[in-house]
Amino acid sequence: MKRVSLVFTLALAAGLSTNAATAQTLKTVKDRGLLSCGVSQGLPGFSSPDDKGNWTGIDVDVCRAVAAAIFDDPTKVKFVPLSAKDRFTALQSGEIDVLSRNTTWTLSRDTSLGANFTGVTYYDGQGFLVKKSLKVNSALELNSASVCVQTGTTTEQNLADYFKGNNMKYEVIAFGTADETVKAYESGRCDVFTSDVSQLYAERLKLSNPADHAVLPEVISKEPLGPMVRHGDDQWFDLVKWTLFAMVDAEELGVTQKNVGEMAKSDKPELKRAFGTDGNLGEQLGLTKDWFSRIVKAVGNYGESFDRNVGSGSKLGIARGLNQLWNKGGIQYAPPIR
Amino acid sequence: MSIEARPPPPQFAARLKRALGGRAGWSGFVVQILFVAALVWIFYEIVANARTNLENQHITAGFGFLKNTAGFDVSQSLIPYSGSETYTRVFFVGLLNTLLVSLIGIFFATLIGFLVALGRLSPNWLLSRISGGYVELVRNLPLLFQILFWYLAVLAALPGPRQSISLFGSFFLSNRGLIIPKPIGNPAFEPFVMAVAVAIAAAFLLWRYARRQLFQSGKLITIWPYVLGLLVGLPLVTALVFGAPVRFEFPELKGFNFAGGSRVIPGFVALTLALSTYTAAFIAEIVRAGILSVHKGQMEAGASLGLARGSVLRLIVIPQALRVILPPLTNQYLNLTKNSSLAVAIGYPDLVSVFAGTTLSQTGQAIEIIGITMGVYLLISLVTSAIMSFYGWRLGRSLEG
Repeated sequence: MKRVSLVFTLALAAGLSTNAATAQTLKTVKDRGLLSCGVSQGLPGFSSPDDKGNWTGIDVDVCRAVAAAIFDDPTKVKFVPLSAKDRFTALQSGEIDVLSRNTTWTLSRDTSLGANFTGVTYYDGQGFLVKKSLKVNSALELNSASVCVQTGTTTEQNLADYFKGNNMKYEVIAFGTADETVKAYESGRCDVFTSDVSQLYAERLKLSNPADHAVLPEVISKEPLGPMVRHGDDQWFDLVKWTLFAMVDAEELGVTQKNVGEMAKSDKPELKRAFGTDGNLGEQLGLTKDWFSRIVKAVGNYGESFDRNVGSGSKLGIARGLNQLWNKGGIQYAPPIR
Repeated sequence: MSIEARPPPPQFAARLKRALGGRAGWSGFVVQILFVAALVWIFYEIVANARTNLENQHITAGFGFLKNTAGFDVSQSLIPYSGSETYTRVFFVGLLNTLLVSLIGIFFATLIGFLVALGRLSPNWLLSRISGGYVELVRNLPLLFQILFWYLAVLAALPGPRQSISLFGSFFLSNRGLIIPKPIGNPAFEPFVMAVAVAIAAAFLLWRYARRQLFQSGKLITIWPYVLGLLVGLPLVTALVFGAPVRFEFPELKGFNFAGGSRVIPGFVALTLALSTYTAAFIAEIVRAGILSVHKGQMEAGASLGLARGSVLRLIVIPQALRVILPPLTNQYLNLTKNSSLAVAIGYPDLVSVFAGTTLSQTGQAIEIIGITMGVYLLISLVTSAIMSFYGWRLGRSLEG
């Protein structure tokens, strides 16, 4: 990992990237014929390769949607697996065009890293995973516990804040990758594994006996996860931003992967605008008029992607919760396509 | 036709020409100038380009972040540290952890390396085969796997804290580490330390005196009873006068872990074990080569003087072998220090883990942090090789003098 970050750093320093800091990302991607997308090193539900080597997950779907909007082909994506600490350097150096890797939106990341968050794919929060045999029912009972955590995340600071705020002592053991962290937790090096709740559910599947472990009810932080792009290319920023909005709007408008063909013929004004039969909104983004239907055909709407990857249709079985649409009790809300 | 001797070129110009241009003369000088200019230009381009890129993307640059609050905790720290300290403090915590594991690793690697080398050269068939087997096994497996092996083996073998192995009810061994009573200084601590220091100094002077007597007049003076008396007696007297120098804080099982006491964390144990056994395999071969490089006549000469095999090795062979051993040994010390950066795999908070890891990702200032970290490793390496060069210089002087 050290070597990888060193390579990225040197690439950044040497300015080897041709497209860094230029407003040419869309053109570069088109010329290359591939979208380069930074993802995790394997987090089920968000971005992980299946047994045939195809990447799946809700973060992966965002990249596939962008590729579909540009090329009308969701397979034209090169996925670059990145560790938590290498991800920003990879984006800054131009190694990737989009970072879609369960990354928490914070003020400092939005400003000092030279990158912008384009939206929120998943509203998450930090929680704790413990062995059921410890008979702990609340995070407030964790005084003096040893806690395993993956380094290079917002998790370490939240953890320190939470234990300090509740006058509890703890020991933190930070590992380089998620796999090492989980292995140490499983071997008994620590009592608790802490991470974003969605990740806890995903990592729990990797344990030898998932039913012996429980996620505690406390959620100690706000972790809005979303894609990132580099500063300095507003067209590209808009394109990635509206790809995600299109997925959310599609769900709200009732457009699904199945009915997208019929809906495209609809007379409803908001559907006509979205599908480009009225106006040229897609072209304003630098895309084609049918960008909206390309996206939905490729990955479905936001709800479909959620269910397929992390929700009821997946092994993770996470409830929609905050990620439900705003008019159904959640906070997922996209500006109108108009 | 008579051949006239060409007048020799003026001394100064010739020397300058040789120094700057080598054998090629002035044309070589031009090539060198161009080469240096090209290097400077490339370096300038890199710096200027990086600066423009950073500015264009509005990425924060500079070292101001070092004064910001870190906000995260570290599991092992040699200096007082909490999450409300700055990133500078984090840097020093990581640096000290790296130095700690490196120094202890170097000590054990050298010890094991010498023993294995002597074992391999021993006339004892079994011992030499076992030593040979050790070298071949350990040096041919990737270090990262050995670190993970020791870590998981250490963890797997040990019980949880509630079932920990207890010794006298005050030492506890579990998968959270070895917990020992923590000494806390009483007011009598300072005189006690002074007494120990004085005793050691006096013992050293006594030893010097005895040696000089031996070399100058051949008198063998028995000094060990006096040394023992000094080392034990003096501190004991201060303890009697001022009271006990330390009291102990005993560990107690509270909640999930032990409260109180000092702790050696498993990550540290595993890393030290892996680094020292791995490097020892290389050191053993270096030492073996060094010993074999000493002419076997030296060994025979020593034996014919009636010295035992151990004494021949210690007094005659190894001092000569050290000249050969020292330079590659320095390499191994440097390797060990650099290899300690694999610590992040097992959660040991070394410099790379806490500074080039957590701090880097929290601040996002990759160039600065990677730069500082590389500078630090370079500095550690240069200091190590300076110390070894000094030792080699002194050794060379004493062998010749």
